[in-house]
Amino acid sequence: MMEGLADLYATYQSTLAYIGLNGLLALSIYTSLSCGQLALGNAGFAAIGAYAAALLTMNAGAPFPLALAAAAVVPALVAIPLGLPVLRLKGIFLAIATIGFGEVVRIGLVNWDYVNGAQGLVAIPQKASVGLIWIVLAAATLLLWRLRGSKWGFALEAIRQDEPAARTMGIDTASYKLAMLMLGAALAGLAGGLEAHFTFMVAPNGFGFSRVVDMLVFAVVGGIASVWGPLFGASFLTVLPEAMRDLAPLLGIEPGPLRMLVNGLILLAVILFLPQGLVSLGARWRERRAARARRAA
Amino acid sequence: MSACLEVRDLARAFGGVRAVDGASFSVLPGEVRGLIGPNGAGKTTVINLVSGLLAPSGGAILVEGREVQGLAPHRVASSGVARTFQNIRLFLDLTALDNVLVGQHRLRHPSLPSRLLGLPASRAEERQARERAAALLERVGLAERVHERARNLSYGEQRRVEIARALASEPRLLLLDEPTAGMNPVEVQAVAALIRQVAADGRSVLLVEHNVRLVMGVCDAITVLNFGKLIAEGRPAEVARDPAVVTAYLGTAK
Repeated sequence: MMEGLADLYATYQSTLAYIGLNGLLALSIYTSLSCGQLALGNAGFAAIGAYAAALLTMNAGAPFPLALAAAAVVPALVAIPLGLPVLRLKGIFLAIATIGFGEVVRIGLVNWDYVNGAQGLVAIPQKASVGLIWIVLAAATLLLWRLRGSKWGFALEAIRQDEPAARTMGIDTASYKLAMLMLGAALAGLAGGLEAHFTFMVAPNGFGFSRVVDMLVFAVVGGIASVWGPLFGASFLTVLPEAMRDLAPLLGIEPGPLRMLVNGLILLAVILFLPQGLVSLGARWRERRAARARRAA
Repeated sequence: MSACLEVRDLARAFGGVRAVDGASFSVLPGEVRGLIGPNGAGKTTVINLVSGLLAPSGGAILVEGREVQGLAPHRVASSGVARTFQNIRLFLDLTALDNVLVGQHRLRHPSLPSRLLGLPASRAEERQARERAAALLERVGLAERVHERARNLSYGEQRRVEIARALASEPRLLLLDEPTAGMNPVEVQAVAALIRQVAADGRSVLLVEHNVRLVMGVCDAITVLNFGKLIAEGRPAEVARDPAVVTAYLGTAK
């Protein structure tokens, strides 16, 4: 029995780790979305966190906890000079500016010889376990979950729904938006730092535009009305390709393209039929059951 | 007695249009001041300027003696100004109670670690905030609707939640932009009584309103704007007789 579990863990260790990492990345997008900001610089922040942590453990011999702290703090600090100008932008303009930031980071790393350019860093010590990844995810979830319903949670919700009205309530909206951008950068950076020390390598092209699209899809497919949506979306879309791995040859398609095809179809279906995300299915189901109970009574 | 709000030579242009053009007036503590004028006179622009949503192109705005013109809206709010909106701007996905909780923002000082850990101190602070918010909703006659989402409330109820949300910050100056638009006569009476109560608490009210009976009945003094300029000022009965006001509203016989 124990041996069977150990085998199972060995087989699915990577999937379990990526559920945790993708969950963190989905939450990192959710932080800005929770106050209505479509900020898409998180692949760049994840790259900064990954490189900062990996350089510290590899080149400076720093202890891993210190490197992990740097993976959170360095991107959060970078978010300040980025956020001050770009958070004045709204909607699609903010999205484009932050995507631009992500590309600047990626191209900067490609052209930086000290970190081996496009080849990236290899032989990073393996320090991050699945357990650690999940502990960090649990802490991030707890933080964001406890914010809801607090003074700050209501302020964020007010900013999301009507920013000018929120400002006349005495809410310093610019500071809230910057704080959430920094928190999102820290979470993305943590995911990057953990990933680097789990897979022992990082390369700039792992943090391209498609990576941030993945994060956004996790959050939107799961639903951004609560902290659970992004987590569910990330888990679902991480496990699904594994489940489809055996299906692909039967359909005569490579697993990679099949995954993109299915992700695209799911995103389309969710946006068309479930704009509140997959987690809203649960609420709908409860409402229907309550309505049936009322009719029966 | 020094003024709660003093507006001096206030000006704001939109392109070539001078929406507010050198208006000066003041509101005394505990006074209900009506701000009236024909459509396009610049009344809402004055409210937007005083609350900081717009920056003036000239002039000064003093709240309790301190200049606030050009300050960000949240800083103006901190100096004791709250407002409602002509086109109701509630947080529609929040309940009536939660809207009022947002209104308490600047008065609440909970501790973040205490909240994250769910400590009793933070629970007590939240319970008090909820009780205060519920009491305000009761005061505007919405005790039964506390947990209803704002989007499910009637128009008149939404207007009253907005007033409760503005009062939640315990403002020195309350700016009401057409608070009774779309209300039935019974609701209008209730709002009139509420405005008098607010003034009796020592708060000043600047009331933009088209309902003449409400304005005449509830205001201590009235300021009349036309094309962004002040054309008359005084007690309601005086203003109603003022030839300039009659001309502005009805035009002149040629």
